[in-house]
Parts: sequence; C-alpha cells; structure tokens
Amino acid sequence: MTDPLFKVVDLTIGWDETVVQKEATFEIERGEIFAILGGSGCGKSTLLRYLVGLETPISGSVTIDGVAPDQSVPGRPLFGVMFQSGALLGSFTVGENIALPLQTWTTLPADAIGGIVAAKLRLVGLESAEDRMPSELSGGMCKRAGIARAMALEPDLLFLDEPSAGLDPVSAVELDELILDLNQQLGLTFVVVTHDLDSIFKIGKSCIMLDRESKSIIARGDPRVLRDTSTDPRVHSFFNRVRQEEAS
Amino acid sequence: MLPAFAIEHVQASTDRGEIRLRGILRFAEAAPLWTELRRLETKASRGQTLDFEMSAVQRIDGGAMALLACLRAELHRRGVKSEFMAADEQVQRIIHLYGGDHAVRRLKRRRPLGTLDQLGRATVSILHELRLVLAFLGQIVVAAAGVLRSPRSANLRELPATMERSGADAVPVIIVINFLVGVAMAFQSAAQLKQFGANILVADLIGISICRELGPLMTAIVVCGRSGAAFAAELGFMQVNEEIDALRTMGFGPMRYLVLPRVAALIIVVPLLSLLADVAGVLGGLAVGVTTLDLTARAYLNQTMRVVSLWDVSSGIVKSVVFAFAVALIACQQGLATSGGAQGVGRRTTSTVVITMFTLILIDAVLTIFFRVAGL
Repeated sequence: MTDPLFKVVDLTIGWDETVVQKEATFEIERGEIFAILGGSGCGKSTLLRYLVGLETPISGSVTIDGVAPDQSVPGRPLFGVMFQSGALLGSFTVGENIALPLQTWTTLPADAIGGIVAAKLRLVGLESAEDRMPSELSGGMCKRAGIARAMALEPDLLFLDEPSAGLDPVSAVELDELILDLNQQLGLTFVVVTHDLDSIFKIGKSCIMLDRESKSIIARGDPRVLRDTSTDPRVHSFFNRVRQEEAS
Repeated sequence: MLPAFAIEHVQASTDRGEIRLRGILRFAEAAPLWTELRRLETKASRGQTLDFEMSAVQRIDGGAMALLACLRAELHRRGVKSEFMAADEQVQRIIHLYGGDHAVRRLKRRRPLGTLDQLGRATVSILHELRLVLAFLGQIVVAAAGVLRSPRSANLRELPATMERSGADAVPVIIVINFLVGVAMAFQSAAQLKQFGANILVADLIGISICRELGPLMTAIVVCGRSGAAFAAELGFMQVNEEIDALRTMGFGPMRYLVLPRVAALIIVVPLLSLLADVAGVLGGLAVGVTTLDLTARAYLNQTMRVVSLWDVSSGIVKSVVFAFAVALIACQQGLATSGGAQGVGRRTTSTVVITMFTLILIDAVLTIFFRVAGL
C-alpha cells in the first residue's frame, strides 16, 4: 500500500481565542476525490485555507507528500487551488491569468505557453474567453477559468472551494463531469469543499463531515454509505435534507 | 538525466510523414518536448500529412497533451493534415479530453485599432462621460427638489459622519499645506520686493492671492484627494457589490440616500476649510515677513486687513462652494458608474481625481475671469 498523499494530524484551527475546528485527523489517498462537508459556518472553507498553507494552525500538522505547505514562502506551488469566486486577477485577461504561473515557473517559450493556455481553456469549455476580462464572465465561467488556472502547472492535487455553489444545475453537472474526467483520465487528486448534495454523491469517493457545535469531524467515509447507514442524527439530517429533530 | 520520452520523424512517402513518440510524456519535460516538436513540425508543408504516432506512448499528462493538441491545431491552420494515431485506450481518452480528435476551428484574431480609430473612440467616450455627468447633475437637482418638498425623505443620518470625515479630519493637512504655501509665496516675492524697499507689500500679495485664489483652490485639491477619492471608492465598491441595487430594491434611491448627504457635507465643510486655509496662508506669510523682512506682526496684520476686502474673502468662499459641488458631483457620479470588480473601483477612483483636478482649475479660471469682467 502506498503512502497517503495528504496527511492531517491533530489539526486545531482558529484565531485568537476562537477555535473553529479541533484535533482534526484524516488522510487523503492519491487519485481520490475527497469532499469536506458540513453545514454553513462549520469552518469548511476555513479548514481549506489551513490545508493549503494560507494560515498557520494553532496546533497539529498538514503535510503533502511529506512537505508542510506554507504560502508565506514564495515558490513553485505543489498544488492548484480554485477559490470560491474563481479569484481571477481583475486586471489580466482570462488567458493572461492562466499564463501567469507558466511564465513565472517554467522556461517554456511564449508559443508553448499560448498553446497550453488554449488547451486548458478548451478543457474547461472556455475556448472563446481567452481575451475577455474576468469582469465580463459569469460566476460559473469564473470558476471554470479558476480551475484552468489551478491546473496550469499540471499539479497532481487540486483544491476546489465550493465549485458548484451559485451555478445553474446544467453548469453544475458539467463541472462535476469535468472533475470526474480529470480524476479518471489524468489521475488528479481533488479536495473539494462543498455542501451540494447532488455533487457530493456524484463525485465524492470519500469525505469528512464537520460540525459547528462540537468543532470536530463527526463522520468520515463514502458519502453514499453515510447517507444510508449513519445513525448520527446530525449526519442523517444533512444527507437526507431533513430537520435534525425529525432525524433523531 | 535522459528524458523519459523519445521522438523521431519518419517520412513514409513524399507527402506523408509521422512523428513517432515513445515513453512517458510529462509536463516536467515540456520545454525539451516542445523544442523537439517544433523542430520536426517544420518538415511538413501545406497539403502534406504529418501524423503523431502514439502506439509506444506509455503515459501522457495534461500539460504534454496540451502541447501536442496545440501543435496539431497549428499544423491544421498551416494546411497540414495531422491526427493522433494508434494510441492505446488510456492515452486515447486523454487525447479526447484535450480535443485532439476534434476538428480544428479557425482562430478569430482581433484586429488592432488604428490611431485614428483610437482617437475617435476616445473623443466619443469623453463626450459620453460629459453627457453622463450632466445627466447626473440633473438627477441631483431633481432629488434635491424632492427633499425640499418632503424634508423627511432626506437621509440626515450620514451627514454628521461625512462632515467629520471630510471636514474635521482634514483640518491638520489643510492648515499645514496652506501655511507652507504662504511661506513659499512670501519667500519668492520677498526677494523681489526687498529691492524696491516695498517689504510691506508682501502682506498685500499674500493676503489677496491666498484669499481669492490659493486658499480655496488648495483646499479643494486636498478635499478632492481625500474625500473625492474616498466617495468614489466607497460608492464604487457598493456598486460592484450590488449594495446600490439592494438599496433600490428596498425603495431607497441612491441619489437621496447616498449622493445628497455627500454633496451637502462638502458644501458645508469646504467653505469653512477655505476660511481656515486663508488664515493659515496669511500666517505663513506673516512668519516670513517677521523673520526675514524685518516687519512687525502688528504692521503685517494691519496691512493685510487694510488691503484684503470682504469681497476678496467672500469671492473665495463662493468659489469654494462651487468647488465642493464639483468634487462631490464628479466623485459620486464616477463611483456610481463603476463596473467590473476591484479593477473598476481603482479605475474610477483614479479618473475621479484626474477629472476633478482638471475641472477645479477650469472652474477657477472661469470664475476669476467672470468676477473681473463683472467688475467684482
């Protein structure tokens, strides 16, 4: 059995006196689509910021292939991150946004970079948007462009924050299919923060579920199995869209 | 270290060639892969065929596939037929993912604009902006008339805070800047006036120029840089964040709710700041007069009071009211016209300062000429 790609050990996160999640421990295998679930305000997106090294945890550790991510030190990224809104740089065109990491971290000539940009945009269905500014794109297009930018340096690991939030059902399904394709064809590992149940059941192979009250992980495993077998009312109510009182 | 891939070119017939790829094609070796592919693709010309033979490719990642797909597209555009051949099932799926088995579409290139086109567009854009500012002015007048008819609809809650931010908080910088302007002008003129033994005329020069021109103008420039830019950024952010739309849906017109309090705040505080600027400027001249021209403070102040008429001060105040209105009008108009996220906010904030500076100088010149022609 191979070592897990991603290891989180006893991670406690928060700021000042506020603890958002405490002593979280989990592992992510290579080639997995791993979902971080939970209701609004439970700290999913906050946890993601610690996983990618944007914040320093109160205690515990995060390692990717044995290396602790730290975004305070500039350097070629170990993975790609797509933020909730896409977070494209507003003063660059979509194409320039995707070319930026390639220009910075590779020695490829301009024509090769142009080719990769065009191919990545085609991959996410935005081939006609290369010369457009981010402000001219819809929310879904920004997310897609954000994925293309996160994939520019061909990382093995991608973090996606709420990829399907705010998208129409057709765009959400297309995005799920893109994630599945990239996972199955290219073997990419995905860590997805979401609370979209349709998306969770379609793409999630394993997951953890966070809870706001206990500030801890209350469930882990295959989301479909958790939906059908969990006896924890909090988990049952989340997966089956019922109020907690009805679930207990 | 040897690359994990190998490439060779095989010419099967005069018009048909193949690029044979072997091994593992990965993004980490994209640069040598691209150099080699570029070298080999020149061997085919229009009307010929150059296929990629992929049977010996063990693995390929997205970055390497992106390069191959890009090269195939380029060959097609050059009139060279090119396809990926004999790939195994896994590689074929990646070829499909990157559209390597799809027809190549023609690229539409944007034609760069000529100088005349750019000049024309810029002129139309300036005229359009001017029209928008005038329309905005009309909307302010209508909103103000509405508030006069129904005073309870005015948003007075924002007025004191805006006055404090634009007025009280600006006092130190206004005093320092105008004091230094007075000092600099007095120094410049002292050297000349001393030669004629007319030292006392420094008081005349400083008093009149500060009260009529420089006090109000410098105050308006500072207010433009502080409050004008702040108004534009604030309203611009609200606009891109859909807060203005939210206000509209709740029944608040942005004119009455956001613009009028800002216009009113500046119209109230800028004349007061101008008076302060006049005093600071005269004190700057006084400091130079006493220290370098052997004038007494009493003599300097008496001369200033004798020479500076009430109209000199009030004409500066009239100007400062017009300046205040112009700063608020342009800043709010630019802020509410913002679109396009953070970049849009930055663009509108910059244009607020630039347009307002230009407008202030223009208004100052027009009013000065008007007062002179009218014999005031």
